[in-house]
Amino acid sequence: MRIAVTINGKPMSADVEPRTLLAYLIRDEFNLTGTHVGCDTTSCGACTVLMDGTPVKSCTVLAVQADGTEVMTVEGLEHNGQLHPLQQGFWESHGLQCGFCTPGMLMTTYALLQRNPDPSETTIRRAISGNLCRCTGYQNIVTAVQYAAPLVREARTLTTEVGE
Amino acid sequence: MFPNAFEYVAPASLEEAVQALVRYGDDAKVLAGGQSLLPIMKLRVAAPAVLVDINRIPELAGFREDGQELWVGALTRHATLEWDQDLVPRYPLLGETAGSIADPLVRNRGTIAGSLAHADPAADWGAALLALRGAVTVRGSRGDRRIAIDDLFLDVLTTNLEPDEIITGVHVPRPTGHVAAASLKLERKVGDFAVVGVALHVETGASGAIAQAGIGLAAVGPTSLRAREAETLLVGQQLTPGLIREAADLAAKAADPASDQRGSADYKRDIVRVFVERGLGAVRDRLTGIRAESA
Ligand SMILES: Cc1cc2nc3c(=O)[nH]c(=O)nc-3n(C[C@H](O)[C@H](O)[C@H](O)COP(=O)(O)OP(=O)(O)OC[C@H]3O[C@@H](n4cnc5c(N)ncnc54)[C@H](O)[C@@H]3O)c2cc1C
Ligand code: FES
Ligand code: FES
Repeated sequence: MRIAVTINGKPMSADVEPRTLLAYLIRDEFNLTGTHVGCDTTSCGACTVLMDGTPVKSCTVLAVQADGTEVMTVEGLEHNGQLHPLQQGFWESHGLQCGFCTPGMLMTTYALLQRNPDPSETTIRRAISGNLCRCTGYQNIVTAVQYAAPLVREARTLTTEVGE
Repeated sequence: MFPNAFEYVAPASLEEAVQALVRYGDDAKVLAGGQSLLPIMKLRVAAPAVLVDINRIPELAGFREDGQELWVGALTRHATLEWDQDLVPRYPLLGETAGSIADPLVRNRGTIAGSLAHADPAADWGAALLALRGAVTVRGSRGDRRIAIDDLFLDVLTTNLEPDEIITGVHVPRPTGHVAAASLKLERKVGDFAVVGVALHVETGASGAIAQAGIGLAAVGPTSLRAREAETLLVGQQLTPGLIREAADLAAKAADPASDQRGSADYKRDIVRVFVERGLGAVRDRLTGIRAESA
């Protein structure tokens, strides 16, 4: 089946079998290997991407279901060589060790900060409860999100001021 | 991991979806959130020849209050029912239940009707909608019919839906008086299916006496169950500690659990008793709070 998907703002298309999973479309067809497949059984969240702004486990969505949608992967976070505040936060706060869970963590927390740029610690922990990390013990991931939140708020205020 | 090959159709209307189900018969399966179906297809436990994706059918989306009830479109995701600011305060059991299902990512895709159609006795929506006296409307080749949740589940993973029927929406009666709810779940880890689950919904009238009581049980029988005798005991009464204990004992008797590696039947039955007692205690406190606020 022929499908058209906007990935990180770029229109793409591919010919896929209906049984192809979104994670494999992204990795194998579009060569965006930032999206990781951990468990492949809907448990770990390493494969999290945004579909029309909503974080989903891309190992449990068919590629054909993404036809006509906007998908954002971890590769879409960086802008003009500038890391997203969340990526800076993970860097500064040591929010990763092996890094396997990181793309999923980034996409889930990106969606969280879009919805709520001032989340409490409990809100952050609850938001990442579908993303498993075997290394960090989560504390530094929470710290990384707390590092990024004010930067995201600031960036928002700037855009609104410029817009006005 | 890939499912077996299948044919995929994504109709834009309910009419076409029913026609596809009629055409392919038992070979076809409806695909909603895919959070139960795709995992079992990847494990090759299920291998339908055709998937009829209902996600592009606009009439299955959204929710609204019609007359005496709330209508929730089949495609409503767990996350919507967890967070919607209009719904949650007035239908507290919907919010509490949604928030305890799986994890936030699964909740962004999984649908209320998909969960009911899947009929896992350990699922959370079955118990909650029994407590709420819910119903579903289904559309098939012979038209629409309405099925009370009480009549929906026949056995483990078995409903009384015909192969060409699609659940179009879920109905929940509008609460009349003050309403409070509690959802309690014993799970091995956060986001897991219930080892034992209890869903409680209580409405009180002007006098503070119970007008409606719903007690749904998950994972303690071949289907979700309703603790009918305990409910009957509560109606017309005030929630006192003695009454709560009596209702908890009756609810435990209604449970029909099986022993497995997650616990013995006796243990699970006792958890039902403890959860109903705790949950009704919480409901009583919430109702006291609500009455104090509205006074
Ligand atoms: C990791 C994980 C943890 C989970 N934990 C829980 C939990 O704690 N509690 C819980 O309750 N659930 C849990 N679930 C299941 C989850 O809630 C599913 O979303 C739900 O059971 C199925 O809904 P769906 O929309 O994804 O249905 P699908 O997977 O798309 O379909 C499930 C079945 O229902 C049929 N179907 C779907 N929609 C309709 C319809 N409208 N009409 C007729 N038939 C239909 C399909 O043909 C299929 O047979 C978990 C799932 C995962 C992956
Ligand atoms: S790879 Fe998708 S949830 Fe683990
Ligand atoms: S950093 Fe290794 S799994 Fe999270």
